[in-house]
Amino acid sequence: MANIKITDTTLRDGSHSVTHQFSLDEIRRITQALDETGIDIIEVGHGDGLQGSTCNYGFSKESELDMIRMAVKTAKKAQIAVLLIPGIGTVPDLEKVHNLGAQVVRVATHVTEADISAQHIIAAKQMGFFVVGFLMMAHRAPVDTVVTEALKMESYGADVVYATDSAGAMLPEDVRARVSALRAALRVPVGFHAHNNLGLAIGNSLAALDAGATYIDGSLGGLGAGAGNAATETLIAVLKRREISINSNLYTAIDSCSQVLRPILEGHGIHAPNMQDPLMLGYAGVYSSFMLHAKRAAKRFNVDYRDIILEAGRREAVGGQEDWLYEIAENISKA
Amino acid sequence: MKKIKVGIIGPGNIGQDLMIKLSREELLELACVVGIAETPGLQRARAMGADASPLGVDYLIENHSDIDIVFDATSAKAHEAASEKLQKAGYFTLDLTPAAIGPYCIPAVNLNEAVLAEPELNLVTCAGQATTPMVAAINAVADVYYAETISSISSKSAGPGTRANIDEFTQTTRKALMNVGGADEARTLIILNPAEPPIFMSNTIYTRVRNLDMKKIEQAAYHQLETMKSYVPGYRFKTPPFLKDPHDDIVMMVVEVEGMGDYLPVYAGNLDIINTAAIAIAKAKAQQILGG
Repeated sequence: MANIKITDTTLRDGSHSVTHQFSLDEIRRITQALDETGIDIIEVGHGDGLQGSTCNYGFSKESELDMIRMAVKTAKKAQIAVLLIPGIGTVPDLEKVHNLGAQVVRVATHVTEADISAQHIIAAKQMGFFVVGFLMMAHRAPVDTVVTEALKMESYGADVVYATDSAGAMLPEDVRARVSALRAALRVPVGFHAHNNLGLAIGNSLAALDAGATYIDGSLGGLGAGAGNAATETLIAVLKRREISINSNLYTAIDSCSQVLRPILEGHGIHAPNMQDPLMLGYAGVYSSFMLHAKRAAKRFNVDYRDIILEAGRREAVGGQEDWLYEIAENISKA
Repeated sequence: MKKIKVGIIGPGNIGQDLMIKLSREELLELACVVGIAETPGLQRARAMGADASPLGVDYLIENHSDIDIVFDATSAKAHEAASEKLQKAGYFTLDLTPAAIGPYCIPAVNLNEAVLAEPELNLVTCAGQATTPMVAAINAVADVYYAETISSISSKSAGPGTRANIDEFTQTTRKALMNVGGADEARTLIILNPAEPPIFMSNTIYTRVRNLDMKKIEQAAYHQLETMKSYVPGYRFKTPPFLKDPHDDIVMMVVEVEGMGDYLPVYAGNLDIINTAAIAIAKAKAQQILGG
């Protein structure tokens, strides 16, 4: 049983990055990759949630019902989530996706306006959804207001309440203050959703975990609005370094990003940098200049670059010992 | 000059603002205000010389056959309970709640003899009053096949009724954009903004049109702006109509509504516009009754 639940939002928040143009086949491939990774909850749909496809936010390539249908059909273990922003999406929209098999809904309001979520949270609970209350722009309100609003969502029936850093504006101390206050005040678990605009997505996610959050968000390659979210594969690496129990597999997460998502993004004209290879160095504690040498050695002996880095870490290689990488690669190739 | 007597049910924020606005009207005289408890709103009504009672709609019906027009500024639930009694008693009822029992009326678009002959009319929503006139004006010259509106209102001006029923708010507004505004299809979004000082009500209106003639569209919009100003003085363009993308058919415009600052503060233009619309309808009905 995992202690921390990961929600991946590549197919929802990440939709912003491709102006909501993911095709059904792309949704199928990404859902499959995330499901195989062991992600607990996969969020799918227009970046602005149910009924977000508008002049104002941009029209989706595919209908939201087709997107949800495809994700539900593809996922074997993961639960499929939708986002509902009251004022944009409505209860009848929720009924439709419930009938298609969506199991989780995240009901999102501005951090001071939780009371407009009452009718949707109550209706979602009656339908049998697992309901996440999502307080957006949580940096905007003082801690006691965040708590007051979260308590409202809890009272309507939310199963989890998130502090959401929609603007990527929080510093780790802001995250700690909000999450720890929520932990103290709520009976239900607390979650955190980061944005990387100040380069703090992973650090803030860790601050949230330290303060007691048990639900955390990521997206492959950090795809998402603005500078994006916490990268799911990096989050998994960091959680594993912390020896926190999670359901997700690191190598599969990395492959999901580098072999599934990034080629898809190329098709949308987005050339995402490869952050998956370097993350292995940090995970294994290996000198950064080893990366390119290890990749060459991996190619030369047709082995997995990541296994070379892990072994170099195990052997406690120090700066200057790039020569070891070929020996390691050769040994792995014989194993 | 002979005046037509009117009553108000619900002496809350909306009701008290209506009282002040009515005191400026030449054809309308506030005769009675009823609530369900003794409140400052009833005190205000008495101070203004009207009969006031905490005994609710039954008091008004039993004691005021002199009244012709009733404003219901309670809640959807309360109006649903009162509607039949009011109709039976023969009042022309203006429903400012989201109950939407009677047909929608947006004065700039459909204030005509046919709607005035109805026993009761519904005032839609603040967003509907602010955006439908522009959609209707553009539809008349350019044939709107899709209208989309985003109304941003200050958090302080969104009462508990609106907050508890945000779905009904967007669905009712959407219907008005189609049924009264003439759009083939429509969407409405609403955003609450807690910024301090509170923002004025801001409405972005997108229309996708079949006959994209910007000159005609601009003329129609400016003409409608004058009509709106005649009963909502604080109605203005923040951004007049323009093409969102020169290669597409999406006409975008932004209108702001500043309230008159009677009982409700100026930022609550969203509440003001419903009241001014209701009074515009009441005036037209009064003229009809007086044979003018």
